[in-house]
Amino acid sequence: MATLNPPREELHSSGPAREGVWGWLTTTDHKKIGILYGGSAIVFFLVGGIEALLIRVQLAVPNGEFLSADSYSQMFTMHATTMVFLVVMPAAAAFTNYFLPLLIGARDVAFPRLNAFSYWVFLFGGIFLTTSFFLGGAPDGGWFGYAPLSTQLNEVVRMDYWALGLQFVGLASLLASVNFITTIFAMRAPGMTLMRMPVFVWMALVINFLLLFSLPIITVGLIEVFLDRNLGTLFFDAANGGDPILWQHLFWLFGHPEVYVLILPAMGVVSEILPTFSRKPLFGRSFVIFSGIAIGFMGFGVWAHHMFTAGLGPVAEAAFALTTMFIAVPTGVKIFNWLGTIWGGSIRLATPMLFSLGFIAMFVIGGLSGVTHSIAPADWQQTDTYYVVAHLHYVLFGGAVLGLLGGLYYWWPKITGKMLHEGLGKIHFWSILVGFNLTFAPMHLLGLNGMPRRTYRYPEGLGFEFWNFLATLGSFLIAASMLVLFWNIYRTWRRGEVAGPDPWDGRTLEWTTSSPPPVYNFAQIPVVEHEDDFWHRKYTTSEDGTSVAIDPPPNMDLEPDANIHLPSPSFYPALAAAGMFVILMGLVYLPWGLVAVGAGFLATMWGLFGWSMEPLTREDH
Amino acid sequence: MSVNDGDTGVGSRVIERTLHRKRTLLMLLLFAAILVLSACAGTDRLGIDSIADSDLPQNSLDPAGPAARSIDGLWWLVFWIATAVFVMVEAALVFTIFKFRRRDGKDRPVKQVHGSTRLEIAWTIVPVVLMAALAIPTIATLFELRAEPDPSENALQIGVTGHQWWWEFYYPEYGITTANEMHIPAGRAVYLTMTSADVIHSFWVPRLNGKRDLVPGRTTNLTMEADEPGLFFGQCAEFCGIAHADMRQRVFAESESDFAAWAAAQAEPVTPPTEGLAAAGWDTFQISCSSCHAIDGTSAVAKLAPDLTHFASRTTFAGASIARTDGHLREWLRNPVDLKPMRPEFNDLSAGRVLGMPDLDLTEQQIDELIAFLDTLE
Repeated sequence: MATLNPPREELHSSGPAREGVWGWLTTTDHKKIGILYGGSAIVFFLVGGIEALLIRVQLAVPNGEFLSADSYSQMFTMHATTMVFLVVMPAAAAFTNYFLPLLIGARDVAFPRLNAFSYWVFLFGGIFLTTSFFLGGAPDGGWFGYAPLSTQLNEVVRMDYWALGLQFVGLASLLASVNFITTIFAMRAPGMTLMRMPVFVWMALVINFLLLFSLPIITVGLIEVFLDRNLGTLFFDAANGGDPILWQHLFWLFGHPEVYVLILPAMGVVSEILPTFSRKPLFGRSFVIFSGIAIGFMGFGVWAHHMFTAGLGPVAEAAFALTTMFIAVPTGVKIFNWLGTIWGGSIRLATPMLFSLGFIAMFVIGGLSGVTHSIAPADWQQTDTYYVVAHLHYVLFGGAVLGLLGGLYYWWPKITGKMLHEGLGKIHFWSILVGFNLTFAPMHLLGLNGMPRRTYRYPEGLGFEFWNFLATLGSFLIAASMLVLFWNIYRTWRRGEVAGPDPWDGRTLEWTTSSPPPVYNFAQIPVVEHEDDFWHRKYTTSEDGTSVAIDPPPNMDLEPDANIHLPSPSFYPALAAAGMFVILMGLVYLPWGLVAVGAGFLATMWGLFGWSMEPLTREDH
Repeated sequence: MSVNDGDTGVGSRVIERTLHRKRTLLMLLLFAAILVLSACAGTDRLGIDSIADSDLPQNSLDPAGPAARSIDGLWWLVFWIATAVFVMVEAALVFTIFKFRRRDGKDRPVKQVHGSTRLEIAWTIVPVVLMAALAIPTIATLFELRAEPDPSENALQIGVTGHQWWWEFYYPEYGITTANEMHIPAGRAVYLTMTSADVIHSFWVPRLNGKRDLVPGRTTNLTMEADEPGLFFGQCAEFCGIAHADMRQRVFAESESDFAAWAAAQAEPVTPPTEGLAAAGWDTFQISCSSCHAIDGTSAVAKLAPDLTHFASRTTFAGASIARTDGHLREWLRNPVDLKPMRPEFNDLSAGRVLGMPDLDLTEQQIDELIAFLDTLE
C-alpha cells in the first residue's frame, strides 16, 4: 500500500475519470471498481434486453417465424443467464462495492486487489458467455441446464460455454463474498456496532454468506456437467447408473439461495431509501434485519419446491411445501415494516422513492404468487408455465430491478456529483411500471390457461394470441422507458445540476463525504454513536418526538488525517483474469484447445505470481 | 373572463386536435406493428380451432376430471386468500402514500417512531396462521392425489415413454402401442407409469391433472380420469430440446364401448397391401422407413420412432403438432425439418439414438406411394 500524504487539493482532485484506460485497468479503488461493475451491468442489461425483445417479437403471434427454434432456445437461455449473472448480481455488486465501505466508515474493502480480480473475472466471464453467440452458438439448454439435456449433444460446444462461463462468474462472486464478509467484520469505523450497521450492509452480509455457501454446490455440479460432456464421466447418465435428479438438487440447492441473492440487495436499498424520503427511521429495524437473516437461513431449505413434479415422494413434496409457505412469513414482516416506516412520515415522492414504493407494490404480487406455488398440487399445474415466468419477473424485475433502479437514482448524485433530472426520472418510473405490468401480468393468465414456458411457438386455437400480443407491446414500452433513463444519464452528464454532498438530507455516512467522495472516502474516520449516525449529527429529537435541526449544522469539512493508507494500483489482477479467460476458451475447444489452456495458464501464473510478489508498501517518492 | 374562456376554447380545441392526431398516429403505429408481426406468423398446420370444444382447450382452471378438480379447488382457496392480502396491502400502501405525502413540497415535523414490538408480533403471527390454514388442505390433497388408485377402481394401465420429441403410449392389457394420441375410457381412472428414453419430459393434460416429469432411468406415475367423453389437449411441459414446443399430445376420452372398439381395432395386426400404389409404398417403407418405425404384423419392428401400426386412425402426426392430411404428409416427407425443428444430423441408429426424422431424399413418386400406403393403415 502506498502511504499518501499529499496536499489536500491533490487528494480531492484525483477523481476517477482522470487517469485514463490504464488507471481503470489497474485500479484497486472500491469506488472505481463499483463504477466498473455498474457500467458493465448496464451494458449487459442492453444485451439481455435485446434478447428479451427478440423473444417477445417471436411470441407476438401464433406460429411465429421471426426466430428459428434453435435461436429461440439460445435466446431464452442467454436472457436468463445474462439477467441473473451479468446484470442483477453485478448491479448489486456495484452498489456493494461503492457504498459498503462508505456506509461502515471504511476507506476501502479488506482485499482491494482481490476485489479488482473479482471484477475482471466477472467481466471476462460475461464476455466469454456473450461471445458464444458468434462462436458456434450460445448455450441453448436453459439457464438451469437440466441434465441429461445439458450433457446430451457433446458434438456442439454450446453448453460447454454455459458450464464454464457460469463457473467463471461464480468464482467472481465467491471471491467477492470472502472480501465483503471480511470487510464488514474487520473494517467498520469505531462505534459502528453490528446492530448500528445500515440495513443495506446487513443485507449485503446475508447475501455474501448465501453466496459463500451456495456457490461451491453449483461449482461441483458444473464441473460434473463439463466432465460428463467432455470426458464421459456418467454423473448424470441414467443408462449407466448416473442420476439426472441429482443435478436438479445441486442446481436448486444453489439456485434458490441465489434467488435471495438477487432480491435482498434491492430490499437493502429500499430500506435505506424509505426512511430518507419519509424523514423517519426504519420501522422495526432489528426485525427487518433479523427477517433478512431468517430468509437467508430458510432460503437453503426450500430448494425442492422447484422439483414438485420431478418425482420426489409425497413426504418430500409436503416437507418442501411447508418450508416454502413459511418463508413467506419473514418476507411479509419486511413488507409490513416498510409500510410502518412510511406511515406517519413526511413522504417526498422523488424518483428514488417512487421506485422504492413501486418495488413494494410489485414485490407483493410476486410474493403472493410465490405462495400459490407453495401449494404443491396447484404448482403441478403452474410449474413450467408462463405463470412461473410472471411470478419470477414480478420478483426479479418488479422487485430486484425496480429496487436497484431506485438505488441508481438515489446514489447517482453521490457517485457523479450531479443530480439526475427529476421529471425524466418520473417519466421513466411510470412508463416502466405500466410497461412492466402490461408485459408480465398477462403471463399469469397465459400460464393458467395452459401455455408452457420455453416454447418457441404456439398454435392457433389455444387462446394464447391476445395476451401474448399485449405482453409484446408492453415489452417495447419497457424498452422505451429505459431509453428515457439513458437520455437522462446523457443529459445529466452534459448539464446536470450539481448535487452537493447531501442532496436528499441523508441519514448514513456516505452523505458526509463530498460528491463524488474523495479517493480516501473520509478525511477522518468517523466515530459512530448511533444507527443512522449522520441524521443524529444533523437532528435532535424534541420532547414531542419530532426531529429538530441542530444549529449550527455539523462541520463536514475536515482536515484529512496525516497518514492515509490507500491500496496501490495493480495490473496483476486483470492479467490473471485474462489468463483464465484464455484457459476457458481453450477448454471449450478440446483437445486442440489445450494449447490455449497452456498459454492461459502461464499468463494466470504470471499474474498470480506478480500479485503475490508485489511489495505491500510501494515507495512512490 | 370571456376572453379567457374563448382562449381556453381555442386552446382546448388545438389540444384536442393534437391529441386526435396523436391517437391516429398511435393507431397507425399499432396497426403497422400488427402487420409487421403478422408477417412473422407461420402457417397453422394443426387446426385446433375447428375441433376443440372450448376457447381455452388447455385451461387448467377448467377441470374435466377429479384430480384437476381438487387442484382447482385448492387454487381458488389460495387465490382468494392471496387476493385479500393483495388488496389489503396495496390499499394500505396507496392510502399511506396519499395520507402522508408532502403537499406543495413542504416538509412537516415527523414523530420519530422506531417500531412497536406488539405490531411486529401481530404481523408475524397473522401470516403464520394464514399459512397454517393453507397447509392443511394442501398436504391432504397432496397425499390423496399422489396415492395409487384403489384396485377396486379397475384403473386402466398405460405405459408412457417420452422421446425427443414425441410420446409413446403402451397399453399392456391390450398389447397396443401408439404415439401422441391416447384413448381412455371416460369415468374410469387411468394409471400412467412413465419414463423417458432420452432427456426429461413432462406429461401434462391441464384439464385432467397437473403435470408429472418423465425421467430417464426412473418411473413416475400419474393418475387421471375424464368425467365425460371428450378431446383433451396437452403438451410436454419440461424443456426437452429444440422441438419442445412441438411435443404435443391428445387424450380422447370415450365411452367404455367406444374405447373397447378402439382397443380391439388397434390390436389388429396389419397385412401389407399387395397391389397398386400402396404396395409400392410398402416397398419404399421397408427400404426407407423400417429402420426406425414399426408396423405390427409386418417385418417392420424397429422401435426408435413412433409406431405406425394404425397411423391412419390418428388425427395428427409429428408429436401431435401437425394435422394428419395428405397435404401435410407430403410436405413432411419432402423434408421433415421444414415443418418441425429436429436434429437428425445427430442420429445414431446403432446406439439407438434418434433426434428426429431426416430428409430421406424421396422422389415425388415415392412420396405419392408412401402416402397411399400410410392411408391404408387404419
